[in-house]
Amino acid sequence: MSRLSDSNVAVAKEIIARYPRQKSALIPLLHLAQEQTGYISREAMVHLGELVGVTSAEVYGTATFYEMFRFEPIGKYLVNICGTMSCALMGSEKLMHHAEKRLGVKAGGTTADGMFTLAHAECQAACTEAPCLQVNYRFRLRVTTADLDNLIDDLKTGKLSDEIPVHGVLSKVRQHIAPDREVGAVAPELVNESPVWLNGKAAL
Amino acid sequence: MSVTYAHAPGFVAGDRPKIVTSRFEFADSYTLERYLATDGYKGLRAALSRPANEIHDDVKNATVLGRGGAGFPAGTKWGLTPQQVWPRYLVVNGDESEPGTYKDRLLMERDPHQLIEGCLIASYAAGLSQCFLYIRGEMALAQERVATALNEAYAAGYIGKNILGSNFSIDIILHWGAGAYVVGEETALIESLEGNRGMPRLKPPFFPAANGLYGQPTIVNNVETLANLPWLMCNGVAAYTAVGTKTSPGTRMVAVSGHVKRPGVFEIINGTTTFRDLIFGEEFCGGIKDDNKLKAFVPGGGSAPWFTPDQLDLPFEASQVGPAGSMLGSGAVMVMDETTDIPAAALTLTHFYAHESCGKCTPCREGGTWLERILRRIVDGSGTDADLQQLLEVGAMICPGDFPHAANEKLGLKAVPFPYKMTTICFVGPSAFAPVHSALTLFRSEFEARVTKRVTIPVTAVGVSS
Repeated sequence: MSRLSDSNVAVAKEIIARYPRQKSALIPLLHLAQEQTGYISREAMVHLGELVGVTSAEVYGTATFYEMFRFEPIGKYLVNICGTMSCALMGSEKLMHHAEKRLGVKAGGTTADGMFTLAHAECQAACTEAPCLQVNYRFRLRVTTADLDNLIDDLKTGKLSDEIPVHGVLSKVRQHIAPDREVGAVAPELVNESPVWLNGKAAL
Repeated sequence: MSVTYAHAPGFVAGDRPKIVTSRFEFADSYTLERYLATDGYKGLRAALSRPANEIHDDVKNATVLGRGGAGFPAGTKWGLTPQQVWPRYLVVNGDESEPGTYKDRLLMERDPHQLIEGCLIASYAAGLSQCFLYIRGEMALAQERVATALNEAYAAGYIGKNILGSNFSIDIILHWGAGAYVVGEETALIESLEGNRGMPRLKPPFFPAANGLYGQPTIVNNVETLANLPWLMCNGVAAYTAVGTKTSPGTRMVAVSGHVKRPGVFEIINGTTTFRDLIFGEEFCGGIKDDNKLKAFVPGGGSAPWFTPDQLDLPFEASQVGPAGSMLGSGAVMVMDETTDIPAAALTLTHFYAHESCGKCTPCREGGTWLERILRRIVDGSGTDADLQQLLEVGAMICPGDFPHAANEKLGLKAVPFPYKMTTICFVGPSAFAPVHSALTLFRSEFEARVTKRVTIPVTAVGVSS
């Protein structure tokens, strides 16, 4: 069921071909699996292992190192409230308490209707805009408790569904390289000469 | 008079030389159209019109310092690759996640083509065969903007085969992470790019310049470092070194956050701008929030030992900040005013590093965790005064010897210069200790005020009768 779909296998093959070693594609492919199902299933990890030529145990080993990967279903919207220093100085704890009360779950929990998972997050690189949060990795900055209430309302009513995709969808834009423009990945052992433009002359 | 642009959150412009943020004032700064209308890809054309070794010399002569944290000159770094070993790779470090740091995300979201042009110039100059642009997993918008820019630039002939009709060809591959702070360390970044758990490699032998991606010579450069190159190519070495000082030329992006009136990201003149300018200057943050008093500040990201008002007049110059007991790191200043609960503030950072420890080195995995636990019980009011010594003892197992700290006139402290000794492969472990050590050294009375006087921690063994 949760092996990659045919169309995602095509995307996966395109991604794999860009690397001199297939295993390098693993993290992008894990994101692809999470995009398809909202989390990463065992079947998906077996499938990815087949695609890049490693065991499913190796896929599992890599996947479990990274915090963004989930191995069971979570809420449609993952609300990550930053709690690192700059946000803490600007009142992120109050924001988290408010979110816990409003959603009726503790940090780490998922609401009964499966809409929201609330999580404490580490620094999200928006420190001058503290306190900040991300919903499915889309930013909200200088968030007040009233902002948070409005955000939850808007997510519930589907008002933000264009801007904020469901959990699992990260970048909505994929890289495309036209075959006539692509140089192509070459395994390192097959290259033993310096690039042609290193000939002491200008390239243009 | 500074202006905040609504469409570029966090960024505050000003009447200063702009090397990497010149396009931020445009709402469409991330498009190819805007880029080409504002000298875009002219630096690439200028570079390709000269032999590659001359471009490398320019970067060396301009002393373009690495903006990721260590501050190592990029031109020198490129020169460390062994002779006649091919292929060589470029890995762009866009895994910005050091607490307080907010600049690479802006550069990727607001001006992705500038970064791409920087990658192309570096690849041409250093003879690199493929470029991997690694963006932090949590930055969805940056991934979208860079992906769009790459697609545009490929289609327009700026990336790929025979760029601008020359014999220079290279692919730039967009890669992205999945949430792990330690992957910002260059060898961990390479591990992650190879599809593995992102754990740092031991140096030696794994110096990326000699033995990096797939065991090949690899240059790992920060986003901001590469974003400097198009301007350098267009304007020349003399114009670049005319800004800033001899040892810290050019500009750098600095995020100032926390208790200031106008937090923001500023492109400042390197080497001369002081912390006082940044925190109190009218063109920057304009003073402390609510006109409170400044208590302490972190000068270079969460890993850096703290400064107090005694160090306000130090400039952004590594050769002065190092001996004063800290580092400039990744251009992140976090400001704490008099209302700050110092042990609690230190805990947010120690928690961060303990949480982000990859677990490879025991002193970091165990020590970081214990630092957090002990600090937490102090903050929660159940610590004892033995805990204060315990914190320092655990820290000494991660960083033996004197740990760097700032001078403090009131406390009669003399500075211990940066850097520290460490028992771990990378800086995550020492970074868990840095806030604890700074807080305890500079504000010991705040810790003493909330611990119970007890010389030892009583050991109670349930079920064992005496």
